[in-house]
Amino acid sequence: MNKLILGRYLPGDSLIYRLDPRGKFLITFYFIGIVFLANNLVSYAFLLLFVFFAVYISKVSISFFIKGLRPMLWLILFTVMLQAFFTPSNHPIWHWAFLSLSKEGLVIAGYIFIRFILIIFISTLLTLTTTPIEISDSIESILKPLRVIKFPVSQVALMLSIALRFVPLLIDETIKIMDAQRARGVDFGEGGLIKRIKSFVPILIPLFVSSFSIAYDLAIAMESRGYKDGEGRTKYRILHWSKRDNITVVVMIAITVVLLFLRSYK
Amino acid sequence: MQIEFKNVTHSYESNNPLSGLGLADVSCKIEDKAFTAIVGKTGSGKSTLVRHINALLKPTSGEIKVGDRVITPETNNKNLKPLRKQVGMVFQFPESQLFEDTVEKDIMFGPKNFGIPEEEAREAAHKMIKVVGLSEDYLDRSPFDLSGGQMRRVAIAGVLASDPETIILDEPTAGLDPVGRKEIMDLFKEQQQNGKTIILITHNMDDVANYAETMMVMHDSRLRAVGTPKDIFNDQDLLDKKLISLPQSAVFAQKLAKKNFKFESLPITINELTAEIKQQIHGE
Ligand SMILES: Nc1ncnc2c1ncn2[C@@H]1O[C@H](COP(=O)(O)OP(=O)(O)O)[C@@H](O)[C@H]1O
Ligand SMILES: [Mg+2]
Repeated sequence: MNKLILGRYLPGDSLIYRLDPRGKFLITFYFIGIVFLANNLVSYAFLLLFVFFAVYISKVSISFFIKGLRPMLWLILFTVMLQAFFTPSNHPIWHWAFLSLSKEGLVIAGYIFIRFILIIFISTLLTLTTTPIEISDSIESILKPLRVIKFPVSQVALMLSIALRFVPLLIDETIKIMDAQRARGVDFGEGGLIKRIKSFVPILIPLFVSSFSIAYDLAIAMESRGYKDGEGRTKYRILHWSKRDNITVVVMIAITVVLLFLRSYK
Repeated sequence: MQIEFKNVTHSYESNNPLSGLGLADVSCKIEDKAFTAIVGKTGSGKSTLVRHINALLKPTSGEIKVGDRVITPETNNKNLKPLRKQVGMVFQFPESQLFEDTVEKDIMFGPKNFGIPEEEAREAAHKMIKVVGLSEDYLDRSPFDLSGGQMRRVAIAGVLASDPETIILDEPTAGLDPVGRKEIMDLFKEQQQNGKTIILITHNMDDVANYAETMMVMHDSRLRAVGTPKDIFNDQDLLDKKLISLPQSAVFAQKLAKKNFKFESLPITINELTAEIKQQIHGE
């Protein structure tokens, strides 16, 4: 359970760490968008090159990214297989019943695979190098214009950062409770479906109970320190947009232009 | 059931390579039917050590023998129930494992998982609720309506109800009031007298001095010392390095030693201390 890399922050320092989180956040989404522009080998290779370059300058070991793929492995394999075996073609290399394997199918499957790698790597890069707090600060900052229509931006951002803060805590709590129930003779992942589902009751109930009590304590602790929602709250962490952030935006524009050019490359 | 660790090392698969090592080359024997205390700073590997005994963790290298059962890095996750029935474990803050709608059902949960018939499990619940110092009236209540100390007792009853041969207690009295703590410690001593092996993790040196026969000191994932509490508390090297602190009686004796009293070895319990003082005042 604690092997989940996607969504985890890894302390470190490099250019990528120092970028303004708002910029990083938007650029990540922008990049995921332009991944769908790639349509041939050269353009995919170009994007892969960019992603590996970004991973390289982040100074985060590539093994973290590969580990980040692991939980998604079945989804990736399933999608890739689907593309490989179900792409209709007039010249199948191999076929059996409704399954057929063709050169076109394999190429498309390969592209899908690269697309997964690109998207997972770039989002892992964002979460590994940006603290959850920075992410929720950037979301708050990006959503700010919605205040005009009375959308409670700062409350939503606070909820988000509390939720993010509690993810590792809940994971630890879950592991602890599972160990305690194992010691009382529960076998997780054994027996039929019903038995398996039933074996989660002894985890879920204690987990709910402790989440509620943690939430309650937190609310009291916040109120006793004078928390008041709404307008007029000042910020402790101030985000700075600097020259290097401008440079990354320029780089993204350049990448888009190159990509558009490569699309028509045959 | 004798428990033996042979060169056991455990490294956690961790995102942070610095906090990876849980246990480094630990070898020791824990005697059958003895009361063994494990002490050491937070993060020294105490919990990691005991979790190997019921195979919640498996060694990265080395092996653990529990009776005739051997746990190695290759040990399969299946068929661990007999081991876990023999080795009961009370976790730190065990009240967070309660989930049934009545206390009775919660106590019966462990025994039923281990294949004890419904009726016997119910009998065990009725017996154990009294052993942990609550009346049978509590059996029909919801565990979530109890106070923290009562929940702790119910959780302990739930472990005792499976009738394990070895009982592991990971800081079982953390956060309890002094009276409650003494009652619970006495309860464990009583269990030992009924023929059970007790392994207790604690930060309370007085509990170690008063209840344990053997004491193990963990430091930086290693087992640094094993011996009787008397010997360990008289080990100047361990004290200087602050791996252990002294029980109150020993602290008191140290102060007396500055005022013309002489102790060959520091008394570690109140009884030893008073006997020594009596002897030195009236004796000679
Ligand atoms: N689930 C875990 N993942 C990674 N490291 C852990 C985990 N649990 C414990 N450790 C590490 O193993 C070492 C020993 O921890 P632990 O056995 O819990 O110590 P203690 O019980 O003596 O306080 C510590 O350095 C701790 O950081
Ligand atoms: Mg511990």
